Amino acid sequence: MSTVVRSVGPAPASLRDPSGPARIVWTIAAILILIPAAWLAEFNPATLMGEASLRATGQFLATFFPPALGLDFLELVARAAWKTVAIATVGTTLAVLIAIPFALIANRQLSVSALAEERMCFACAAVRTGVRWLLIALRTVPEIVWALLFVRAVGLGDAAGVIAIALTYGGMLGKVYMEILESNDARTTRALLVNGASRMQALLYGTLPVCLPELVSYTVYRWECAIRASVIMGFVGAGGLGMQMELSLKMFAGGEVLTMLAVFVALVWFADLVSAALRRWLG
Amino acid sequence: MSIPASAAPRFPVKSVLVPTVFLVFLGACITTLSGDWSGLFSRAAVANMLAFFVSFFPPAGGVAFLQRVVAAAMETLAISLIGTLLAAIGGLALALPASGRSGKIAKALTRWVANVLRAVPELVWAAMIVVAAGLGPLAGTLALAIHTTGVLGRLFAESLENIAPEPYEALRRNGVSPMPAFWYATFPQVLPQLVSYTLYRWENNIRAAAVLGVVGAGGLGQMLYVHLSLFQVQEASTVLIAVVVLVGLVDAASNAARARLIR
Repeated sequence: MSTVVRSVGPAPASLRDPSGPARIVWTIAAILILIPAAWLAEFNPATLMGEASLRATGQFLATFFPPALGLDFLELVARAAWKTVAIATVGTTLAVLIAIPFALIANRQLSVSALAEERMCFACAAVRTGVRWLLIALRTVPEIVWALLFVRAVGLGDAAGVIAIALTYGGMLGKVYMEILESNDARTTRALLVNGASRMQALLYGTLPVCLPELVSYTVYRWECAIRASVIMGFVGAGGLGMQMELSLKMFAGGEVLTMLAVFVALVWFADLVSAALRRWLG
Repeated sequence: MSIPASAAPRFPVKSVLVPTVFLVFLGACITTLSGDWSGLFSRAAVANMLAFFVSFFPPAGGVAFLQRVVAAAMETLAISLIGTLLAAIGGLALALPASGRSGKIAKALTRWVANVLRAVPELVWAAMIVVAAGLGPLAGTLALAIHTTGVLGRLFAESLENIAPEPYEALRRNGVSPMPAFWYATFPQVLPQLVSYTLYRWENNIRAAAVLGVVGAGGLGQMLYVHLSLFQVQEASTVLIAVVVLVGLVDAASNAARARLIR
C-alpha cells in the first residue's frame, strides 16, 4: 500500500494569518519591556564569562569537592537538620492554633444572623471582613521578612523562625480552612442551625465530618512547605540547616555546603514522602 | 443476638494513634528548640516587641528616598521578568528531551537535572551565586532563572507528554523533519499552557525576587536588609509597603494576562 500525499482540499481564499497583527504587536511590546528590564537587572553574560569572574567561580566550585564527611561535621548537620524539622513542626502547630479561631470567625456559613434575615448583620459582616484582611496581611509579608523582623525583635535563633512560620502559615491556613469550610454543602450545617443547634454543634456535626480529611491533608502539605521555608529562613539567622549553610558559605567551605545541600534535598524529599503517605492514609 | 461483623466497633486506630504519635513528635520537637521561651512571653519582652513594631510607623517619606525605593522596585521587577524569561527558554530546552523525544537516557538525565535545579530554593542559589558572581541584581536574576528552569522544565515536559501526538506524527510521516514538525504541530497545542505556567511562575518569582536581596542579590530585598541592619526601621517599613504593592500589581497583571489567554 502506498501512501500518496494529496492536498487536503482547496487552499483557503486568503492565506492571511488572522492573528498575525496581534502577534507582531505583542512581540514588539515584549521586546520594548524586556530590553530595559535586562539593563536594569544588569543582565550581561559577558561579565560572567570574563576571565577574572570565571576564575573566581572555578575556585569556588573547586572547594565543593570533595564534600565534607567528617564525623563531627555530619553530627552537626544532623542536629541542624533535626532542628529545621522541629522549627517547621512547632511553627506549623502554632499556625494551626492561629488559623482555627480566625477561620471559624470568618466562616459565613455559621452566621446566625444570615439565617434569620437573609443578610448578615452589619457588625458580623464587618468582623468577618476584618479577619479576612488580617489573614491577608499575615500571609502577604513573605516568611523570610517576618524572620528578618523577628530576628531583630527576639534575637538570633529558633524562636524567630518558629514565630515567622506561625504568622505566615497562620494567615495561609486560616484562609484555606475558611475556604474549605465554606465550600462544602451548606445544607447540613444550615439544617442543624435552623433546628436550634448551637454554632459549635453545627460545626462539629455538620461541617467538620465532611471537611476534616481535606483540612488535615492541606495542613500536612503546609508542614512539608514549612520545612523548606525554615531552611531558607536560616539564612537570615533563624536557626537550623540554613544558618549552618550560610556560615559555611561565608567561610567559602564548599565541601560543607555540598554536604548540607545533599542533606537538605534528602530532607525535603523525605518530608515529601511522609506527607504524601500521611495524606493518602488520612484523606 | 450477634452484630454483623461489618458493624462491630473496631479499635479507632486513626483517632487514637495519630494524635498520640503527633503529640510525642511535637514534644520531641519542642525540647530541641533552644532559646529562652518563657522570656519571650515575659511582660518586658512583649513590650519590647511592641515597641519595635510601633517604631515602624510612620513609614519614611521624602522624594529622594521614594525615588530610590521606586528604582529598587523596578530592579526587582526586572529581575523577576528576565529571570522568568530565561527560565522559560531553559525550561523548554530541558522539557524537549525530558518528555522522552530523544530516547530514554536523555529523558532520565534531563529529568534528574530539572529535579536538582528545582530542589535547591532560589534563595540558596542566590547565596551561592553571590559568592561566585558578586553582589547585585545579576546574581538574583541567575538564581531565579536556575531554580525556575527546573520547575518549568518539569511542568513543560508534563504538558508535552499530555498532548495529542497525531498532528506531529502526521507531519513527520509526510516528510517534515522533527524540528519544523514540533514547531508547527506540537508547540501551538501546548503554547497556551506553557504561557500560563510561565505567568504563574512569574507571580511566584516576583515574591522571590523581592526577598532574594536579603542575601545581597539586589532589588527591594537588599534595600530592606540594609535598612533593617542599620536600624532605620521607618525606611524599612516603606520598602515593605513597596514589596506588598509590587506583588499585588504583578498578581493583577498576571491574572489579567491569563484571563485573556483563556478567553
